[in-house]
Amino acid sequence: MMLGASQAERRLLPEGRLAGPMPWVIAIMMFLTALAAAGGLAMGSAANRLGADLGRQVTVQVILADPAERDREAHAAQALLSHEDGVTAARRLGDQEMQALLRPWLGDAGLDKDLPLPAMIDIDLTSAGRDRLDRIAQAVKAVAPHARIDDHAGFIAPLVSLIRSLGLLAGGIVVMMGGATAAAVVLAARSALNTHRRTIDVMHMMGATDVQVARLFQRRIALDALFGAVVGLVAAISVIILLGQRIGEIGSGIVGSISLPALAWLLLLCLPLLAGLLALLVARITVRRALVQTL
Amino acid sequence: MSGIVQFENVGLRYGTGAETLSDLSFTLAAGGFYFLTGPSGAGKTSLLKMLYLSQRPSRGAIRLFGEDVVQLRRARLPGFRRRIGVVFQDFRLIPHLSAFDNIALPLRIAGVDERDLVTPVREMLAWVGLADRASAHPPTLSGGEQQRVAIARAVIGRPEILVADEPTGNVDPEMAARLLHLFDALNTLGTTIVVATHDIHLLSRVASANVMRLDRGRLQDPTGALRYPPRADGH
Repeated sequence: MMLGASQAERRLLPEGRLAGPMPWVIAIMMFLTALAAAGGLAMGSAANRLGADLGRQVTVQVILADPAERDREAHAAQALLSHEDGVTAARRLGDQEMQALLRPWLGDAGLDKDLPLPAMIDIDLTSAGRDRLDRIAQAVKAVAPHARIDDHAGFIAPLVSLIRSLGLLAGGIVVMMGGATAAAVVLAARSALNTHRRTIDVMHMMGATDVQVARLFQRRIALDALFGAVVGLVAAISVIILLGQRIGEIGSGIVGSISLPALAWLLLLCLPLLAGLLALLVARITVRRALVQTL
Repeated sequence: MSGIVQFENVGLRYGTGAETLSDLSFTLAAGGFYFLTGPSGAGKTSLLKMLYLSQRPSRGAIRLFGEDVVQLRRARLPGFRRRIGVVFQDFRLIPHLSAFDNIALPLRIAGVDERDLVTPVREMLAWVGLADRASAHPPTLSGGEQQRVAIARAVIGRPEILVADEPTGNVDPEMAARLLHLFDALNTLGTTIVVATHDIHLLSRVASANVMRLDRGRLQDPTGALRYPPRADGH
């Protein structure tokens, strides 16, 4: 067992938490780490979903003033697309859908029946279809010369890139927090060594090895770190749930796509264990390095 | 008897000051009983520290159990230290452990199973007259009781060498005689005993004891017990 020390050995250090603020410092850092990790994971998930969903969507617009000619080209384009390889769906938007799209900009008063609106066909592509989009566009142009192909991936790419960058930034923050946690553990271990110097000297004089001495400290420090990490994670999860509810209330497509998948929750729940393990290893290395300086 | 401890031209200097100990050359026979005496500040504790491997000399050679310990790798020190029992001048009991746990400490460090250490620790408590104080913590024990716990802790592992620094410094004459009797009994079981004291009245209490005298960091050999170089038979 990595924690190592037997019950009798544990009594060599006084009962109770180690003196000092380390558990609470780790609680604060775990709170921030969990928020950053949740943000990063949610951003990554959202970027993947947006990239996957919108990257496979294309809109064909037939822009003609003559309604009869517009309908003819739209019908021809839709008929072609329905049988094109790599196209899973080609659906022409009805009048009501078009009006719903325009209403936020023109209002009810602006929806004149005489207003020439383009015919719009939403296309869903497979991955293979995505790769041969140029050939599909050429085929559409052949039957509907006034058609324009709008690739959603083109305008969503900068947003996906921004979201990915924010995710990476969150990852960097998590790494820095890990470093800060390690630094806090180093300070706590050194403080504990000074506090218990006399006990350590006695143990050494009786033939205790550095591993035996280190075991006492690494166990206690790891448990303190675990305690702080659990407190910090509980607080962070509360905030994440509240934020999730607020985001859900916004209901916007892009903002609404920011959510934590089940795997991300699992990773968050593992953070205290990782913090405890990190504390154990750092404490072990710190104590053993300090002991090597003694005889 | 063979030489269990050998010092050869050993000198000790703390920092850049003058040598605290100079030109120490002697051999201690296995199973011998030695008093180390001298005035305060003569260097008795410094010599003992080198003997129980708490301090490396500045120069010279020290052999323990037939091995050079001056250049000994640090990782091998615990194995040697487990063969040496030490009674510190200031006891160095661990205050938050009971008398039982303080005495059991060397056995636990040596990896003795919990079930196997209860009986020897209880016997040791009885041996030093503290059977009814097993669960008492050092701050609640008198100076003499603490000293006896320290002695019990030093001998529980049946060390080959017992080093005691002023072990009777905090006890009355009657208790001092009793402690010396304990050391003598241990000595008859084969343990080499080295007792540092500045109490000259103790020296005559153990008939078989040899006396080493330190004066201003140099060793004198008033009884001729510290033959150096050692004779061919090891004495």
